[in-house]
Amino acid sequence: MSRLKPGNEYEKTFAFRFFRWLSGSKDPYVGEVEMQAQQEKVIPEETIIERMRESEMIRDKIYDGEQNKAARIFHKIYMAVAIFFCIALVGVLLLAVSCLPPNGNADNPVNNTVSERYIESGLQETGALNIVSGMILTYRAFDTFGETNVLFIATCCVMILLMLDDAILKKEAVSNDRRFEPKNDTILQGVAFVLCPVIFIFGIYIILNGHLSPGGGFSGGAVMGSGLILYVAAFGFKKTQRFFDEHIYKIAKITALCMYGLIGTYFYMTGANGMDNHIPLGIPGHILSSGIILPINVCVGLEVACTMYAFYALFRRGGL
Amino acid sequence: MDFVRNFPCISIMLCLFAGIISSGLRGRAAMIVNAGLLVINTALSACTLVYTLALGESFVYVMGQFPAPWGNEIRAGVLEALMALFFCIIMLLSLLGGRHKLLEGVEKGKLYLYYVLMDLLLSSLLALVYTNDMFTAYVFVEINTISACGLIMIRQNGRTIEAAVRYMIMSLLGSGMLLLGLCMLYDLTGHLLMSNIQESVALIVAEGKYTIPLIISIVLMSVGLCIKSALFPFHAWLPDAYGYSTVSSAAVLSSLVSKGYIFLLIKIIYRVIGFEIYRDSRIIDILFVFGLMGMIFGSLSAIRENDIRRMIAFSSVAQIGYIYMGFGMGTEAGMTASVFHILSHAATKSLLFIAAVGLTDVSGRNRQFIELTGSGYRNRWAGAAFTVGSLAMVGVPMFSGFISKLLFSQAAVQNHAKMLPALIVLGVSTILNAIYFMKTVIRIYTPVENTSYPSLTCKDMPLYAVVLAAFIILNMTLGVSSQPVVDMIRQGLAMFA
Repeated sequence: MSRLKPGNEYEKTFAFRFFRWLSGSKDPYVGEVEMQAQQEKVIPEETIIERMRESEMIRDKIYDGEQNKAARIFHKIYMAVAIFFCIALVGVLLLAVSCLPPNGNADNPVNNTVSERYIESGLQETGALNIVSGMILTYRAFDTFGETNVLFIATCCVMILLMLDDAILKKEAVSNDRRFEPKNDTILQGVAFVLCPVIFIFGIYIILNGHLSPGGGFSGGAVMGSGLILYVAAFGFKKTQRFFDEHIYKIAKITALCMYGLIGTYFYMTGANGMDNHIPLGIPGHILSSGIILPINVCVGLEVACTMYAFYALFRRGGL
Repeated sequence: MDFVRNFPCISIMLCLFAGIISSGLRGRAAMIVNAGLLVINTALSACTLVYTLALGESFVYVMGQFPAPWGNEIRAGVLEALMALFFCIIMLLSLLGGRHKLLEGVEKGKLYLYYVLMDLLLSSLLALVYTNDMFTAYVFVEINTISACGLIMIRQNGRTIEAAVRYMIMSLLGSGMLLLGLCMLYDLTGHLLMSNIQESVALIVAEGKYTIPLIISIVLMSVGLCIKSALFPFHAWLPDAYGYSTVSSAAVLSSLVSKGYIFLLIKIIYRVIGFEIYRDSRIIDILFVFGLMGMIFGSLSAIRENDIRRMIAFSSVAQIGYIYMGFGMGTEAGMTASVFHILSHAATKSLLFIAAVGLTDVSGRNRQFIELTGSGYRNRWAGAAFTVGSLAMVGVPMFSGFISKLLFSQAAVQNHAKMLPALIVLGVSTILNAIYFMKTVIRIYTPVENTSYPSLTCKDMPLYAVVLAAFIILNMTLGVSSQPVVDMIRQGLAMFA
């Protein structure tokens, strides 16, 4: 090795010290740092026992009803007031119910122009045979968008509470989170093998026929979500992640909600500004009919299915 | 139709879209989306405010192809636009001011969820402000409740989880009562739209047929909203929720979330039940008494507290008491004072929370008063801002709190039956306020020798200093040029009737 600097100066450079350290000719600690054995902090046993006895004594005194007279009296008064309050509330509510208009009476205030129009011209105006679908998804589309967002935000809150870090999840994935369950239960897998396709098809049927028969996005989505949960329970997360992992979950959820939002915004803005709604209503009774109800039902169904599955997965292993 | 009329609908939908899209973004991107959303919404609300002021009346906006009793509808007047503008500004400032704490206290992978919750919270606040339909209001109350729980527990330690559980139980009780009252009201009137309910309620009162269920449903709705906005006997969830959550959450919860519910109650009083019927129902006397008790007991609890954040939280109980006392007067003047106090308390309380964090940061993150000694010298911006907030809370002239106290006393003088208790409690509560806020100010400006804690200047945290300056300006503006704001509130309340 050629040296450009004279020996004295070279000894001050970093390179010299580095190579010296590399070759191990000088221990950097010798003469620089004094090493001492660490002294263990010793707490005498008497103090520990004393402390434990004290804390136990305090706890006993506070929670012991026999000795603490104030706590006992407070507890009794608390119970009495709580019971009195509940009885009073029940009484007031019963009184209110007894004074309400009798159920099923034709002159009730509820039977007014609002419900009349829903029932009489709902079919023409929304094109949906299922009046309830027509009502919640066309007449009151804004409320239902809010309701769908309630589900969305509930998933967000569960994620805050239960979502684990990616590293922990990968570690857990090795054991496939089946600490207390048998792996590959044959009976469960057999049943799921038969049932899952049927459940999925039934869920899709409910969603697509939401405007024709009882059902719709919320109920159909719940059915599809339960099918997904059954699949996971039988075959484990590894197999499910081949077609439904966190990435696809996010894409599905965001697409569904954004689609609903865009359709909704189009519907509100055209309506409010007095423009025509160009989405055709179609022929009532056909599968492709009833304007915005069918696409909204599909979006809601997707969102509900995702939410159901996400709840299960988050509670079971803290990740999707 | 003027294009400006679309702005309320656009701002609500923008919030929802921002929340949905943020759920697929990373923390930083979600933060930028949120800030952009708040700026845009501030501009939209300001345009709406200017438009309604020029129009001189409120307008309804049909959400869909079908007119009001069948479809959904929102309504914007001067008061609604003013509230929306204020909510957007304060949320923007609180989030910017607490950003460094947020980055510290929240897990990195969950930061985007915080902004999702904030976006949806803003949407629910705007919807509560603009709604003209009771069921829409209930749906967005749900969103508000759930997102508030998330905001409390995002900084995960044992105390915030406990606080969130408490908040959830009490808040759901309130939502349930609101829903029960709403169902009964629907059974009696057959409508969910506010103006139609008001007509039917007037008929019911004239006929005198269903008086008992009507009164009970009014009580259920009022008590439900009182629980959710922490009126005095229902405030047990408040100190933990505001005291231990991350600072932006505390500021937003205390200055916006509870105010959203109070604004909904104002809407119910004016637009659903009718002001005269509500006043004659004697419920306002109960609100008045609880408001007075809250003013005293909230301040007493604050005096006893040894933790600066919890002290500010307990002070909220007292200030909410002021607002309900204004309701309880049962006069137009009392209501104006209450609405002004909603604004002034929102501006002041978020300032206090953000400034308190600056003070605790230069005291080794200790929140006990003994450690805070002299912290006003170590972080001059935060000290000055805290002093301004304290003076405003106590009600010194030139600051916003003075105007609201002035308006409250003017309202009290006009109401002969309630003048004496209102004025006495107002005086006592002001003295109690002064005791605990001035104690803190004196404490933070007591010089201390050879302290081990480091000092911070505004160069260390430029954003934080700018936010504090903006808050101070907002407070002084409300205090110095209050007349335009008070006029707007009067005009808005006149549009309600």
